[in-house]
Amino acid sequence: MADSKSYNDGVVRQFAIMTVVWGIVGMAVGVLIAAQLLWPALNFDVPWLSFGRIRPLHTNAVIFAFGGSALIGTSMYVVQRTCHVRLFAGPLASFTFWGWQLVILLAAITLPLGLTQGKEYAELIWPIDLLITVVWVAYGIVYFGTIATRRVKHIYVANWFYAAFIITVALLHIVNSLAIPVGLLQSYSIYAGVVDGMVQWWYGHNAVGFFLTAGFLGMMYYFVPKQAGRPVYSYRLSVVHFWALISIYMWAGPHHLHYTTLPDWAQSLGMVFSLLLLAPSWGGMINGIMTLSGAWHKLRTDPILKFMIVSLSFYGMSTFEGPMMSIKTVNALSHYTDWTIGHVHSGALGWVAMITMGCLYNLIPRLYGREQMYSVKLIDVHFWTSTIGVVLYIASMWIAGVMQGLMWRAVNNDGTLTYSFIESLQATYPYYAVRLLGGALFLVGTCIMAYNVWKTISTGERSALQPVAEPA
Amino acid sequence: MSAGWNAFVIGLVLIQVLGALWLLMSLTSNPQDEGEGDTTGHTWDGDLKEYNNPLPRWWLYLFWLTAIWMLVYLVIYPGLGNIAGSLGWSQTGQYEEEIAAADARYGDIFAAFNDMTVADMAAEPEAVRLGRNLYLNNCATCHGSDARGARGFPNLSDGIWQYGGDPAVIVQTITNGRIGVMPALGAALGEGGTDEVVAYVQSLSGAGSADPAVLAAGQQKYVQFCSACHGATGQGMAALGAPDLSDDSWLHGGSAEIIRDIIMNGRQNQMPAQRDLLSEERIRVLAAYVLSLNAE
Repeated sequence: MADSKSYNDGVVRQFAIMTVVWGIVGMAVGVLIAAQLLWPALNFDVPWLSFGRIRPLHTNAVIFAFGGSALIGTSMYVVQRTCHVRLFAGPLASFTFWGWQLVILLAAITLPLGLTQGKEYAELIWPIDLLITVVWVAYGIVYFGTIATRRVKHIYVANWFYAAFIITVALLHIVNSLAIPVGLLQSYSIYAGVVDGMVQWWYGHNAVGFFLTAGFLGMMYYFVPKQAGRPVYSYRLSVVHFWALISIYMWAGPHHLHYTTLPDWAQSLGMVFSLLLLAPSWGGMINGIMTLSGAWHKLRTDPILKFMIVSLSFYGMSTFEGPMMSIKTVNALSHYTDWTIGHVHSGALGWVAMITMGCLYNLIPRLYGREQMYSVKLIDVHFWTSTIGVVLYIASMWIAGVMQGLMWRAVNNDGTLTYSFIESLQATYPYYAVRLLGGALFLVGTCIMAYNVWKTISTGERSALQPVAEPA
Repeated sequence: MSAGWNAFVIGLVLIQVLGALWLLMSLTSNPQDEGEGDTTGHTWDGDLKEYNNPLPRWWLYLFWLTAIWMLVYLVIYPGLGNIAGSLGWSQTGQYEEEIAAADARYGDIFAAFNDMTVADMAAEPEAVRLGRNLYLNNCATCHGSDARGARGFPNLSDGIWQYGGDPAVIVQTITNGRIGVMPALGAALGEGGTDEVVAYVQSLSGAGSADPAVLAAGQQKYVQFCSACHGATGQGMAALGAPDLSDDSWLHGGSAEIIRDIIMNGRQNQMPAQRDLLSEERIRVLAAYVLSLNAE
């Protein structure tokens, strides 16, 4: 079979495997820092095990290593299938894989060493930032080159979301990371004061919007209809919610800076646009869940669909919670508390991780020419383990966050504060324990998946290349 | 914001909102031509198809509701560039209102002690109770919730005062803060000379053991370099905040190693001023509480 007649799945396999590996690493680091909050001695007085250094390691590992590998891998799979053409510029695709793994490796070395540029979710120092830029451009060439050489006229909806993700992440990364180096390991941001804060949270919130939302919606739009065996619910809903989502998300960043030195007008815009974002966000949830309309019975028997539907439910829940938390009066209570941590994890575990797991269970057998995963029963076990884990995690952080917010604002009848900070911390310990349990359960689920993936891949023949399908 | 940026912000906001609503309207179908079950006719990857179901009504209304709410909010509150909003609200204004309300509500509680001296207040349980609340909010972070201090942060309950324990001095310390400076003497004394002074300083509180020759040499250097602030017998000088070196109470620790480091490299210590954070009345109540800790 001629090379151009088959799909380039080697790079997809590499990314799929690394998604599982980085998932375990990132979540394990998360469990460690959750345990450190409960038992601070667990940093063993080793600087590179201290919370301040490995917390960014956790966030980078789960967002960029686990999430990034999942997004890049699935996008390369989906774009070939929906364009009916082999991946453009194969060597560049391999470069994207190895380059991205190098970025992750460098992050895993520099962050524990305390090398950081101090911007949340953009901690990596400038030489790594440059490498990210090069790798991302290579990825963009592969992806858009494949779109450009497609053999069907219409571009499938999943690709709109992947495309928005690739373009916007490039923009966000470059603008926020602009800095003047003063040595190999150190640089200063070109922004100062509140402008620096605003640029950082324009980046930070759009990293949520485009990395963790648009990208994974792209994944959802391919794998949910495939797994359900049903057409996407509504084309026109996807048009409205796509354009509304990507344009309105751009404005939402200032809600991270309520009641700061950011001017009032900018704070207000961040808040009202966050509320306007509710309907566009829910458009994706509706389109995903309603795709199952007429096939609800499959939820009883197919644990992969359970993963997908529950992840969409968590997506809907956290995209409702987000706009509510952006309202100033709510934010005055929730800001700086563990409620924020709970909110982030209902998105990161409930939506991002669970949709990824659902998609991997669909993808892995197809990549390796298997009928299905090694054990469907284990998928079900994984599903329940991680669902219970997420629920424990976010419920404990909700209670802890609201409690902290109320304790911090409680005043005595002489106007002094009723509680010291340390008292609120003491009161949070039981919830930190529940959170640790929830996170550990989620990690156990991921390990179950890793075992299942391993058995699926290692039992049976190595599969042949898959031919490029003819357009309908 | 300049007129140009102002117009840019207002224009961009309106284009964004109206553009989104235009898109919404243009894809909102007539209830008559709504038909379920028809796909768009495109197929990808064998079996990927799309229905073209109408936008769910409840979702449509939700979108409109948030958009209308947003536009109303932008009329009432600041948001459209320099336009202040019809309520005239600002976060600075809100802060000032809340502070004024708190002062009106709580001010009298502290002002009630205005005609008592701080020393009398220290024996008045209600003043001490209020002072403790202020202490826990404002001082406990450094001096500890039991006021027994920590290394570098003075114990406030042991009757030993860096700057003196007179009520007026305590009020002064809280109001304006203190900056304590011990100059670095390593260069002047040298390694050996420093060791001699360390031995002598330790001997002032009966600690350490060294031969009389070292102590004599240490004393000689002490008189030359240290006595101007710490006094001829090491009794300290409250006016400068120079600690008593003979009472075996050590702010930074009393080991030879630490004393040596302080003499070699000096120390700077700061108690931050509270005058911008606490009213005069509150500072008096707070001083009374600190004084009460040393009553016995």
